Amino acid sequence: MTSHVVLIDSGGYNIGSVKAALQRLDVDAELTVEHDRILSASHVILPGVGAAGPAMDKLRAHGLDRLIPALQQPVLGICLGMQLMYSHSAEGNTRCLGIFDGDIQPLKPSEGNRIPHMGWNQLQWQQQHPLQQALPASAWMYFVHSFAAPVTEDTLAYSTHGDTFAAMAQRGNFLAAQFHPERSAQAGQALLKHFLTTR
Amino acid sequence: MSANAPGLARRIIPCLDVRDGQVVKGVRFRYHRVVGDIEALAMRYRDQGADELVFYDITASPEQRSVDISWIERVSRVIDIPFCVAGGIRSIATADAVLNAGADKISLNSPALENPDLINRMADRFGSQCIVIGIDSIAENDSYQVRQYTGDPDKMRTARRQTMDWIKEVQQRGAGEIVLNCMDADGVRHGYDVTQLQLARSICQVPLIASGGAGQQDHFADVFLQADVDGALAASVFHSGEIAIPDLKHWLHSRQIAIRLP
Repeated sequence: MTSHVVLIDSGGYNIGSVKAALQRLDVDAELTVEHDRILSASHVILPGVGAAGPAMDKLRAHGLDRLIPALQQPVLGICLGMQLMYSHSAEGNTRCLGIFDGDIQPLKPSEGNRIPHMGWNQLQWQQQHPLQQALPASAWMYFVHSFAAPVTEDTLAYSTHGDTFAAMAQRGNFLAAQFHPERSAQAGQALLKHFLTTR
Repeated sequence: MSANAPGLARRIIPCLDVRDGQVVKGVRFRYHRVVGDIEALAMRYRDQGADELVFYDITASPEQRSVDISWIERVSRVIDIPFCVAGGIRSIATADAVLNAGADKISLNSPALENPDLINRMADRFGSQCIVIGIDSIAENDSYQVRQYTGDPDKMRTARRQTMDWIKEVQQRGAGEIVLNCMDADGVRHGYDVTQLQLARSICQVPLIASGGAGQQDHFADVFLQADVDGALAASVFHSGEIAIPDLKHWLHSRQIAIRLP
């Protein structure tokens, strides 16, 4: 692929894994916080593992809190990267990027549902989307998180762990996944491949 | 949980012992023979449908030595399922290097017993979701006791802690997952220690992984259905090929256990 893919350096530990997953698709992604590099990219990925507060601090320190919501090319948020795309997170009472409306809340433990939500879970589609054809039927994805986004009109697919939460969301050029496509075997690879073919 | 209701799958987790960057098989603790290349074995298990892999540096903790991380980078490049690295992680700096190399989780055992505050510091720094606590437990004097330095029979000793107390404490300190290795069952292949795991489950609010005792397919169904564990870890039955993961997963699925099938 001839795409110029940029990974925004949000300081998360999954950056190396995302980079490796892209390499398996023959894409050499550039890790950066430079505005001109991000603006000139064909595809932008916002990975993230960790807490919302420090991650937003890092984005703000580089002026990326204003740059990211204004991007015009396809943007994919992964895990914490997805959560940062909402208006606000209860984790550390953090104001986020505001691309999606909604408040990130802690998952509530319930009978038989342990927190963190850790492991493989399925997507339940809320909207028709080309991804349904791109992904295997009843795709399993790998999740690791204790906070999640509510199911809203931006939700493409939700998952169930006691309560339901947004597993994928989309608004315009912004796509987001709560799970880790880089660790979700063939289904995750299919998602990344689909994202990279989006224009 | 029914296999038909949407929700989290129970995990099947092969554990690979690593020494000097190669997968080895222990024979009565002391002698280890090389069984293969880490990346090739990791890929094989990934292709068979393993939900996660654990790599355990078997010599690291007793020898006060840290893990060599070059193989972690190599595994991370080829593998697209999560993996955990155990053994020899006793400092924030080593944990940082292992996670940066691509490991999704790190597992602490003896170092957490030496210095329980390490759990708090690592959970604060890296997040609970990547901090796994491994516990080696043995039945003794009508209770379960934690064993320390189990990688080396010359150094193994009692940790002077009750297993169930330690399970409560590590959760309070920020552990995101617990692997309970029941040493009486380990290597005997008569099944997981369901009684002990049920007791652990009743006080464990984070994911709980059963370890030790798997010998046949029934044992996996028993531990999921009776002890409600989130995952089952095994080594020799997978390495020897006695249990093929695809067969195991299809069989568990047919028993109405929530299992990820490709």
